[in-house]
Amino acid sequence: MTSLAELALFLVVLSDFLVLASSRLSACIRVIAFQGILLGALPLLIHRDISAHMVVLAIGTAAIKAGVLPTFLRWAIRESAVRREVEPLIGYMASVILGAMALAIAFAVANVLPLRMVGTDLLVPVALVTVMIGLVVLITRSKAVTQVVGYLMLENGIFLFGLTQSERVPFLVEIGVLLDVFVGVFIMGIVVFHINREFDSISAARLTELHD
Amino acid sequence: MTGSASATSIAAMLLLLIAAPIIPGVASRTKAILTGRRGSPVWQLYADLWKLARRGIVRSTTTTWIFQLAPIVLLTTTIVAAALLPLDGRASTLRFAGDAVAFAGLLGLGRFALALAALDTGSSFEGMGASREVTFASLTEPGLFIAFATLGVIAHDFSLSAMLADTVGRGAASAAAVPSLVMVALSVFALALAECSRVPVDDPSTHLELTMIHEVMVLDHSGPDLAMILYAGALKLGVFAAILLNVLVAASAERGWNSGAGAVVALLGGLVGMGVAVGVVESIMARLRQPKVPLYLAGGSALALFGLILVLR
Repeated sequence: MTSLAELALFLVVLSDFLVLASSRLSACIRVIAFQGILLGALPLLIHRDISAHMVVLAIGTAAIKAGVLPTFLRWAIRESAVRREVEPLIGYMASVILGAMALAIAFAVANVLPLRMVGTDLLVPVALVTVMIGLVVLITRSKAVTQVVGYLMLENGIFLFGLTQSERVPFLVEIGVLLDVFVGVFIMGIVVFHINREFDSISAARLTELHD
Repeated sequence: MTGSASATSIAAMLLLLIAAPIIPGVASRTKAILTGRRGSPVWQLYADLWKLARRGIVRSTTTTWIFQLAPIVLLTTTIVAAALLPLDGRASTLRFAGDAVAFAGLLGLGRFALALAALDTGSSFEGMGASREVTFASLTEPGLFIAFATLGVIAHDFSLSAMLADTVGRGAASAAAVPSLVMVALSVFALALAECSRVPVDDPSTHLELTMIHEVMVLDHSGPDLAMILYAGALKLGVFAAILLNVLVAASAERGWNSGAGAVVALLGGLVGMGVAVGVVESIMARLRQPKVPLYLAGGSALALFGLILVLR
């Protein structure tokens, strides 16, 4: 079980890097959907005793993170007829190097943090690196759609971190988090759509020009 | 240099020297089968080498002794680099502390000689090819060193024999090291494709001057000179196949099966496997645009770095 969980965590890190390196919006969304499936499966892989509500939660997580949100993002791209390139503020090479630095920092910091380790000790560093790479994506990508992707990665990292802290995740809290993200992405999607209609651009740099 | 070379290591070395030209053949054959063609026979490169070896050499009048020396330097450095590897899964023919650095240096020296020869012809195309080749090589080498460092940390010893073979023999590669070994294997494969001028970086089957990298450097070589360069290229693929084989064996559950008597069979399998892998990659993806190559190499290095971080934590 643990080795499968570790494999899933490696794939999470690799998907983080794929988001950093890919130049296509649709590729980013596909990768984030794949990450969603991994995240849905992880609680089942880490915790020994599997109950019915964990299975429901896993399916729910995967359905929202890998099904609903990516579909919504694709819809936003199609509706706003945005160019399908990522258009980062810094190069892909620099992004990957930043990601590698984040990876090193995450593993260095994770050993020092006074945390109770549940399941595998890879969980904390992978959570940290996903949060940090999510931040990198948020900061360095100018498009609103990619900012949503970065936000989702950030949330995925927080989700992973949540797994370290509790043997059994409270059902309602999890549902609440998922709903939060869903609503957040929904609102951002609508904002994206509106920005596009008003300004013919979905560059986040122009968000400051947004008024009532 | 410590210890004398064992019989199996010499046998494995001979096998590598003899069987290396089969790799490009297997690669192109795989590509042909996957794309629904019949393709050239697997031993095509042997025939090419034999044909080229009997031909005379035409050298441009603008070239100097550098041009004549380059293929010889390339071939010898590649052979010595191969001798540094524990080809039989136990010990290498040549072994000394820090030979991993020498290994990278030898490959670098061969490339340097070839680049000099390309510049020596005075052709602008060849200069362009040389410039591209060394640019990409300078990005490949750090990744290779990170991969070696990872193996070195796992083996607690920075010589190629220890990194690639002793880990296997001692069973020191514990289950904890397996993920980073897999990362290193992926990384070495990605970097090997760049180092050996195969598809995502360079396309050996194209002859369009504007996009060629390695091929353009050898345009002016002919006859036995060209044969030596082609053979060295195949041997380099074989060298990386041997590294990959050892890393993968170290990562697999059954350790040490490729040492001793089974070594020769395992090595031959590794060479054919490398050819198939290269062929599959060449069938399923196109050459990357050149601005994208550094990103590909950085990705390959990042994989090795991930492996290193995993063993260091």
